[in-house]
Amino acid sequence: MAADVLTKSPEEQGTSGPNRRSPLRKPATWVAVVVFGFFFLNLAGVVGVPVADSFGTRWFTSWLPEGWTTRWYGEAWHEFGLGQVFWTTALVSLLVVAISVVLGVPAAYALARRDFPGHRLVLLLFLLPILVPPLTYGIPLATVLYKFHLAGTLSGVVLANLVPSVPFVVLTMTPFIEQIDPRIEAAARMCGARTWSVLLRVLAPLLVPGILAASVLVLVRTVGMFELTFLTAGPDSQTLVVALYYAVFSAGIRTQQSIDAMAVMYTLSMLVLLVIALRFVNPTQLVTRVREERGRD
Amino acid sequence: MARFDTLRLERVSRSYGRHRALHELELEISGGEFVALLGPSGCGKSTALNCLAGLLPLTGGAILLDGTRIDQLAPERRGFGMVFQNYALFPHMSVRGNVAFGLRMARVPKTEAAERTDRALELVHLTEHAHKRPGQLSGGQQQRVAIARAVVLEPRLVLMDEPLSNLDAALRLEMRAEIKRLHRQLGLTTVYVTHDQEEALSLADRLVVLRDGRTQQIGTPEEVYGRPANRYVAGFMGYRTMLDARVVATDSSRAQLEIAGTRLTGLDRDGTRAGAVVVAAVRPEDIDVTTGPDGLAARVEVVEYHGRELAVRAVLPDGQLVHFRTRERLAPDDAVRLAAPADRVLVFTADEDRTAEPADDEPAVTAP
Amino acid sequence: MSAPTTGARPALRHRLAERGVDRTLLLLAPGVVFLVLLFCYPFLYGLQLSFQPKDGGGPLADYRRFFEDAYLRGTIWTTLKLAVPAALINCLAAVPVAFRTRRPFRGRRLLTTLLVMPITLGTVLTAEGLLGYLGPNGWLNKSLHALGLVDQPLQLVHNYWGVLASLLITGFPFAYLLTLSYLTGIDPSLEQAAATLGAGRLHRFRYITLPLLAPGLAITFCLSFVLAFAVFPSAQLVGDPRGATHVISIEAYQAAFQKFDYPLGSAIAMVMAAVMLAVVVLVLAWRSLLYRGSTGGKG
Repeated sequence: MAADVLTKSPEEQGTSGPNRRSPLRKPATWVAVVVFGFFFLNLAGVVGVPVADSFGTRWFTSWLPEGWTTRWYGEAWHEFGLGQVFWTTALVSLLVVAISVVLGVPAAYALARRDFPGHRLVLLLFLLPILVPPLTYGIPLATVLYKFHLAGTLSGVVLANLVPSVPFVVLTMTPFIEQIDPRIEAAARMCGARTWSVLLRVLAPLLVPGILAASVLVLVRTVGMFELTFLTAGPDSQTLVVALYYAVFSAGIRTQQSIDAMAVMYTLSMLVLLVIALRFVNPTQLVTRVREERGRD
Repeated sequence: MARFDTLRLERVSRSYGRHRALHELELEISGGEFVALLGPSGCGKSTALNCLAGLLPLTGGAILLDGTRIDQLAPERRGFGMVFQNYALFPHMSVRGNVAFGLRMARVPKTEAAERTDRALELVHLTEHAHKRPGQLSGGQQQRVAIARAVVLEPRLVLMDEPLSNLDAALRLEMRAEIKRLHRQLGLTTVYVTHDQEEALSLADRLVVLRDGRTQQIGTPEEVYGRPANRYVAGFMGYRTMLDARVVATDSSRAQLEIAGTRLTGLDRDGTRAGAVVVAAVRPEDIDVTTGPDGLAARVEVVEYHGRELAVRAVLPDGQLVHFRTRERLAPDDAVRLAAPADRVLVFTADEDRTAEPADDEPAVTAP
Repeated sequence: MSAPTTGARPALRHRLAERGVDRTLLLLAPGVVFLVLLFCYPFLYGLQLSFQPKDGGGPLADYRRFFEDAYLRGTIWTTLKLAVPAALINCLAAVPVAFRTRRPFRGRRLLTTLLVMPITLGTVLTAEGLLGYLGPNGWLNKSLHALGLVDQPLQLVHNYWGVLASLLITGFPFAYLLTLSYLTGIDPSLEQAAATLGAGRLHRFRYITLPLLAPGLAITFCLSFVLAFAVFPSAQLVGDPRGATHVISIEAYQAAFQKFDYPLGSAIAMVMAAVMLAVVVLVLAWRSLLYRGSTGGKG
């Protein structure tokens, strides 16, 4: 009981009456508020400018655009062929999610349940693609994919995106499986269940929440993955981020507003995914599984 | 640090929203006393301890130390020592570093601090482990470090939060004796939280029995054990057999009961009247198997071998269960007649809600 | 089957089982094979390619070319100049914020959602927003001008500052979430224990929280640094890709996919990996001097 005394929520502590110490007296609060405030102010600016621009008629040096319109969205949709781009993005992401779950979950199971010689080595193999930034291994990877004529195709993009996704599934699922008591499987076997029944009737229902969480995270990461897709995509296999990059990079030919309209569409779809993702998982999981890595060293 | 005369808790309360974890605890502790807060998990005993330590703000009431209010002080300014349930040893410091931490915070001069640390380590027999990290010690040793760390400052008050619950049975007995020895040797005022009534009875000068945040009884071990204030405390103190009964007649402190058609006399604890529905609480060791025609007729159901004695569960004709201990060789399905001395049968009113009954299996809730 | 083999097989199986090897490990195979083919093999392929320069001149010619050309060599320094301050600022800013928010409070979910947003926005959108927001006619310069803080608009994009800003916006949430997860792993009763022993807020942070957090901070720094070191789209879009922010990843990309000199591109990617590795090893070596065991928390 003592351990969670200070972890009660403020609603619960709010009733503490005369003895409540003002949070404003804590130095950490001040620093935190300043850092947060600065960060969010700028973040609002960064997100707000493209949003305002995408709905504006003309905007040069004033605070806000001269008038408002939604026509840039229609224009962006046609100009950049966004129907195709969204379709590619969805296809790539779903394929990556499905394949990485199929490859990753069994591996996670083996890693969680068995301690064997080379365990750490395999773990390192799964850790590296997450820790090393995509651009570093993306260049040799793209080179190899070009060699086998896979780059520039949809399968090339999927393959490249799987490289960080499979380890990601493994590393999120391993601790999840570890916390499922192995005695449950043993109990199922003692009740006469065959291996397949154990998998289907006992393990699968227990694993579903973990798989769901891992899938949503992989989805978010794949939709947002710029570097690997950029290095391996051809004109027909661009996902939304890459299309956006090309639109920004070759700006001048296009109207700024339709680029911003596209950026807003991207932001919105990411935001939807993000909200869904946060329903399933703890935000700290979005970065990496630090626990895992720390637990073994 | 100076001893104090009295520590008073006045209507100390702590609630979480609508849930009252601790309700108007009134307690006066005198210097040098060993007080145990006793109750099952969730009864508010840890809440009380954390309020006392200053780790949890009160939502009502006051704490006074020799007449001065201290409940607004931050924990670091109260000068109390605390032993945590999971010990909370600083994992990055050596045993020595852990024990010396409080002295360092109090800016005690180095040579004196070293001396006092040595003495504290000696006191808990850990001198040769002083350089180790807590992670390299056994549970019992960690426990002793936690105690040394709490007492090295010679605090006015030592708070102990279930310090033995993480140890195995044998070690628990050993550390219990150790805590008793330290208390006698140092004379430190101690407030000790536990769910184990045996631990509380053997250690404390005074017990506070809590339930759902409310005080049930405050008294010496003899008082609480021999004369529990209500059937809840009785259940917690090992009165395993709780029989529904009807009062036939009362005189001064005695009550004549009828249970399953048989008469029984008990000590009236709640001032009942004839015709009232009551509960008769008896300990297993106070029930005798009689040969005479009197006594409750029962059928033996389960017999457990406990060496010198047997622990027996028997059923009355109306289905109520009786637990008792006996040296007679009984076997399941034997018919027996049971009796108990009138002053060992406690009679409580039954209109208290049913949750007052303790769990069916064991009166003491033992941590896994 | 002959007798000796039947005799040897169970023995081998038992020996393997003793070391934890059984059929369950076959489940690992697909994942491991995949990574070996698409992660290890390309890396080794790139490594051997980097020793086969397109224009000949011995196996090390491309590395020599990189280090002898001041412009190319300078990209390392340019990138470090961006990545080290970005990682440091992010880590240092993350500590007080994570410290303040380590316990649940009303609105924490909203806060973390907002914080996570930049991670998912990705570098491209952040860059696009920064161009407008920090530009000469952007809201920031307008506000500063309106407040009378500047006469001339600050030049914040298409140079070093734009890229740094982008690294901070995308990197801070990452550093914060990592720090937060380390911080919440520290058992709160340790701090409570220190409090009952007379340690005030500052001392508790200095003697208990910080030492227990330091190894986690080292990891956070490493990961933040590695992310920042590979900065690519923002250096192209909000930076000055031909000058002040001609970072090493741009050079590697251009060599490989614009000049189609795969060996040189690979060589630069290898140099990039080596520099990152050097910094990470340095930080981890410092970390190994710290206490790294259990922090008593939820593990």
